[in-house]
Amino acid sequence: MTDHTGHEDAQVQPTLPPPSIPEGAEAKAEAVAPERLIAAPDQVSQQRISEEIAEAHAEHERRVAAGERPARPTLLDFPAYRSSILRHPTKNPRLVDPETIELTSPAFGQRDVAAIEADLTLQHRGEPLGERIVVTGRIVDSWGRPVRNQLVEVWQANAAGRYIHQRDQHPAPLDPNFTGAGRTITDDDGWYRFITIKPGPYPWRNHVNAWRPAHIHFSLFGTAFTQRIITQMYFPGDPLFPLDPIYNSIPDQRDRDRLIATYDHDLTEPEFMLGYRWDIVLDGPNATWREPEGGEH
Amino acid sequence: MIVETPRDGERLPGTAGQTIGPFFGFGLPYEHDNLVAFPYSPGAIVLSGTVLDGAGAPIPDAMIEIWGADSDGTIPTARGSRRRSPSTFTGFGRCATNDDGRYEFWTRNPGAIGGKAPFFAVVLFSRGLPDKLHTRIYLPEDEAALAADPLLASLEPDERATLIATRTPDGWLQHDIRLQGEKETVFLAY
Repeated sequence: MTDHTGHEDAQVQPTLPPPSIPEGAEAKAEAVAPERLIAAPDQVSQQRISEEIAEAHAEHERRVAAGERPARPTLLDFPAYRSSILRHPTKNPRLVDPETIELTSPAFGQRDVAAIEADLTLQHRGEPLGERIVVTGRIVDSWGRPVRNQLVEVWQANAAGRYIHQRDQHPAPLDPNFTGAGRTITDDDGWYRFITIKPGPYPWRNHVNAWRPAHIHFSLFGTAFTQRIITQMYFPGDPLFPLDPIYNSIPDQRDRDRLIATYDHDLTEPEFMLGYRWDIVLDGPNATWREPEGGEH
Repeated sequence: MIVETPRDGERLPGTAGQTIGPFFGFGLPYEHDNLVAFPYSPGAIVLSGTVLDGAGAPIPDAMIEIWGADSDGTIPTARGSRRRSPSTFTGFGRCATNDDGRYEFWTRNPGAIGGKAPFFAVVLFSRGLPDKLHTRIYLPEDEAALAADPLLASLEPDERATLIATRTPDGWLQHDIRLQGEKETVFLAY
């Protein structure tokens, strides 16, 4: 049975005005785990974790050199990320031809999302603290075709590195004017655009003195259900990159670089906010992916 | 990262996935997210189960999504999965597991598409899981169609069993997902 002691402690939540959105999310957030599940039991040093990361990357390079082609760029078996140890499959995924339903995608549209939900700075009465930013980019498939009219969801910590989630016990301040969740629908050319606050780095209990680089979680749908992904966007130049086992669960530097937004001064607005560009490629099924439109080749 | 349009015949490398992390509870769940069909409406069933780790412990911070055809085999094209209308079947559902690792959907039995064995397409995310996992949940009834299914036919009997739901006496569906261990669920790459 689940030990609820920690759970009840975790429910002592600082008083916040109810966020105007998302509807229903607060009630669902009650489904939480005891705090003890969050901390890795061994609590090793950063040096040890960094060594494990280096070993795992070297092992990956050996496998690639030997001709292995992993199905996805992210390693599921990555023990430096301690909570993955009992949660990754030990067998290789089975390569299948997608069936019809898997080649289609749930359809979202403007009726699903209000325009204001793309601005995370407008969800409360006052202005949130921190560095106001715009994050925008295109979502395309591996042929470069735009992913139109699809749902993009984001969630993140506030400027101090604190999540509004009740399980976050980081003693940094909550911001009564910032929830940190937003969503939008891509336009006809695959563009999304969020206005938000730059999140702070965030401490966690994977090992001693573990800190996550600042990041925004992204959840994306494509034109096929097989393209569904959840990932994280990072900010350029973060000194925490080499130390972080989650970022480094992607063994190839080029794949890691693709998760880092580009600062774009043309997106920056005078005396208002800094601009970042981040494009996303939703990988399609390889075996029977349909031919590109318009007779390319 | 700025992505340029690929030249003819080239493919762009896909953006890598990352873990959903522990704090998705305020960002992803939404009202009626697990009610693909209105409860107790004609044809509505419960699809439920537990998500388990390699030690057999329930995972209380996973999120499962299902996508399936309507009972007559048509693929839903209606929008509105985030703003549900009880009269619209969109085929998509999302459910964060509870403290006991349980998920539960109200949905309909997917119908066969082109005479093939019907299943729910499934994607799973979890804290501690570095990337998404795809799997399928097949309906147990049509044994001929199940036998003819290319994926199921390629599996050992114990692997096959991890993909086929159990029909309860109520006519509902029960299906556990094991991320690791002896009865590890078969996960898919495309």
